[in-house]
Amino acid sequence: MKMEKWRWSSAAHRLLRLCSNPLSDLRCSPKLQNSTPSGVLYRHEGTCEWIRPFIGQQKQHFGQRSHHLWSGNCLGETPGIQNRFFGATATKIERNSKFATLNSNDISYFKEILGEKNVIQDEDTLLSANTDWMHKYRGSSKLLLLPRTTEEVSSILKYCNSRCLAVVPQGGNTGLVGGSVPVFDEVIINVSSMNNVISFDKVSGILVCEAGCILENLISFLDNRGFIMPLDLGAKGSCQIGGNVSTNAGGLRLLRYGSLHGNVLGLEAVLANGEVLDMLGTLRKDNTGYDLKHLFIGSEGSLGIVTKVSILTPPKLSSVNVAFLACKDYFSCQKLLLEAKRKLGEILSAFEFLDEQSMALALSHLEGVRNPLPPSLHNFYVLIETTGSNESYDREKLEAFLLSAMEGGLISDGIVAQDIQQASSVWHIREGLPEALIKAGANYKYDLSLPVEKLYNLVEEMRTRLENLATVVAYGHLGDGNLHLNISAPQYDDAILAQIEPFVYEWTSKNRGSISAEHGLGLMKANKILYSKSPAAVNLMASIKKLLDPNGIVNPYKVLPQSMIH
Amino acid sequence: MKIMVAIKRVVDYAVKIRVKPDKSGVETQNVKMSMNPFCEIALEEALRIKESGLASEVVAVSMGPPQCVDTIRTGLAMGADRGIHVEYPDALYPLSVAKLLKALVEVEKPGLLILGKQAIDDDCNQTGQMLAGLLRWPQGTFASKVILDKEKQAATVDREVDGGIETLSLDLPAVITTDLRLNQPRYATLPNIMKAKSKVVKKYTPQDLNVEIKADLEVVQVTEPPKRKVGVVLSSVDELIDKLKNEARVI
Repeated sequence: MKMEKWRWSSAAHRLLRLCSNPLSDLRCSPKLQNSTPSGVLYRHEGTCEWIRPFIGQQKQHFGQRSHHLWSGNCLGETPGIQNRFFGATATKIERNSKFATLNSNDISYFKEILGEKNVIQDEDTLLSANTDWMHKYRGSSKLLLLPRTTEEVSSILKYCNSRCLAVVPQGGNTGLVGGSVPVFDEVIINVSSMNNVISFDKVSGILVCEAGCILENLISFLDNRGFIMPLDLGAKGSCQIGGNVSTNAGGLRLLRYGSLHGNVLGLEAVLANGEVLDMLGTLRKDNTGYDLKHLFIGSEGSLGIVTKVSILTPPKLSSVNVAFLACKDYFSCQKLLLEAKRKLGEILSAFEFLDEQSMALALSHLEGVRNPLPPSLHNFYVLIETTGSNESYDREKLEAFLLSAMEGGLISDGIVAQDIQQASSVWHIREGLPEALIKAGANYKYDLSLPVEKLYNLVEEMRTRLENLATVVAYGHLGDGNLHLNISAPQYDDAILAQIEPFVYEWTSKNRGSISAEHGLGLMKANKILYSKSPAAVNLMASIKKLLDPNGIVNPYKVLPQSMIH
Repeated sequence: MKIMVAIKRVVDYAVKIRVKPDKSGVETQNVKMSMNPFCEIALEEALRIKESGLASEVVAVSMGPPQCVDTIRTGLAMGADRGIHVEYPDALYPLSVAKLLKALVEVEKPGLLILGKQAIDDDCNQTGQMLAGLLRWPQGTFASKVILDKEKQAATVDREVDGGIETLSLDLPAVITTDLRLNQPRYATLPNIMKAKSKVVKKYTPQDLNVEIKADLEVVQVTEPPKRKVGVVLSSVDELIDKLKNEARVI
């Protein structure tokens, strides 16, 4: 009881302090006082342990919480407690005491190797570097470093490893699972200054560039040379290729060009001890030994910092067509997908779906968006994009497909974009949904891979569970079986979260789906991996992590469950 | 009443254009072509007038190489009833287009002509005005609002001019050219796209219309605008004054 009281006071002060910050007005609802505690479950080798979230303004809650269980390493020696800063729910993670704290010698050392300008301690810059895009997670790092070369990254990591200073690799900071911001006071290593294109081979389309290149800039660079990036996502204006590779970003074109595991030919990464691992091959085929780059692709910066990427880019094809269609039920959407794959075949480049609630949200919160199929809202919308080399041939193919789909009753209405402007307006509806959700208030975001037939059943069950508490909005890459399930409410509320978790993860697990199709585990799902991967697999992952980062300084507290790493 | 709308096939507005190496023009090979945005607005306005019951038919006209038919099909997919294609392989300048349109007016006898104020490839802003001159019809250019009065057979047109908005009343038949804020063109819906396949597109040549095409303009050279110079970060006010005085020579 004594320890809990002490924890309450320090953490409550922290919460109150953070509450007074203007950025937090949305999250500090008056409901904080009265909300009921809810739990976060994680399974640890067969046993179920509850980690009671910390809420603690009202002393009377203590009585209710006295019967909780603590997992071994949570009851700690460590003073620092991080409250997940959304709504009242907080999962307690403790700062690992073995990590050192920054001192003035460290700062001087960094200033020596990077120069004064690239060592940032300014509060305002730190605030945005400490906060994730969704404003759900905020760390308390006191130092932001901006290396310009791989050698600088190597020096930084070598030093941090020797001092046991925890670090967070950061790029565009557009991640959606809190993986790119510090949890406590980890040093932020931001690679934005490493934004050069190193080389581009016009014949093979192989692009070699530094990790800090913004995706949209790469797209423009390639556009002038008649090529495109094999991935495209709504965040392209800010996200960087290093981060894309580290999270194995999927995006809108995965259906056509495949995942980054196929398109990345090589990369250069810096390990925790500062060693530079040069795997920057530009060969299409290279079967010499174990292909280590795949470890880094998707490991979310927990095995090392990616500094250079070599990627195969497809040629830019001239004929792009976009159709926006309305379907009356989910079954039609599925059949449409099957027909599209068959009839459009090689020219199909994207197949996205959104439901009526998504459309309503987009229309009310996005600027300059209008309903392509007025006057009413349809139950489901499907966006189909085709990319090919012959305009008239593609047009014919698309129109023949659409005609047969209409005659078959699969689509009730639809439009075909007549120029690039119309095509981008239609894409903006789909790409702008994350932004619209943030504007609408509190947003619980889930990214699941499920068998296509069952995908929408989850959405309907969530709607039943949440009834009037919140709006359930669903959209996603139907072509890849990837559902972006979003629950939108005016404010964060534990009652809502209790209805969502762990139900969503259990449902997904039961249907052999993935609890994170493309967003990654980050901090949000760090303890949830066992819903989708076997304990044996996770143990091996932990061993690999230990091998590559013995002190555990690179992006700690994320991706893998804490208990399995230590 | 019949409305005739002139639509032009141009390089798509969103394409990053490149000048051909021989400086004779802009690269149009393998580049996306679409309907001129102002022509889209013109067609949309014609369709709205028809939908409100004040017109019976909308005819879309385009002039140029065979691919213009694609643009006419887009117009038909938006809702135009018929198309006319005047086939001519080379570039057509505003005066020739105006003469051809005048000849078509004599065949079709429309009560209203709506054009886009200018094409985004040549930015001439001349065809509508020249056509009105040749026909000796009243003209309302840069229209941002059009209201028709069937009884009085007149159109009230709000024009966007430098000083603000000017309202004119035109007796029909008249020529109206459209500006950006007039309306937002509709998307071509699937049922209309399918219907468009069976709509008629009549073909003419300049000879059929007894119009002689004279090349009264010659494009001498097309070049890119001078590249903007990179800005320089200065470190003191003295340096700024020095640069303004000695480099830019403005003080």
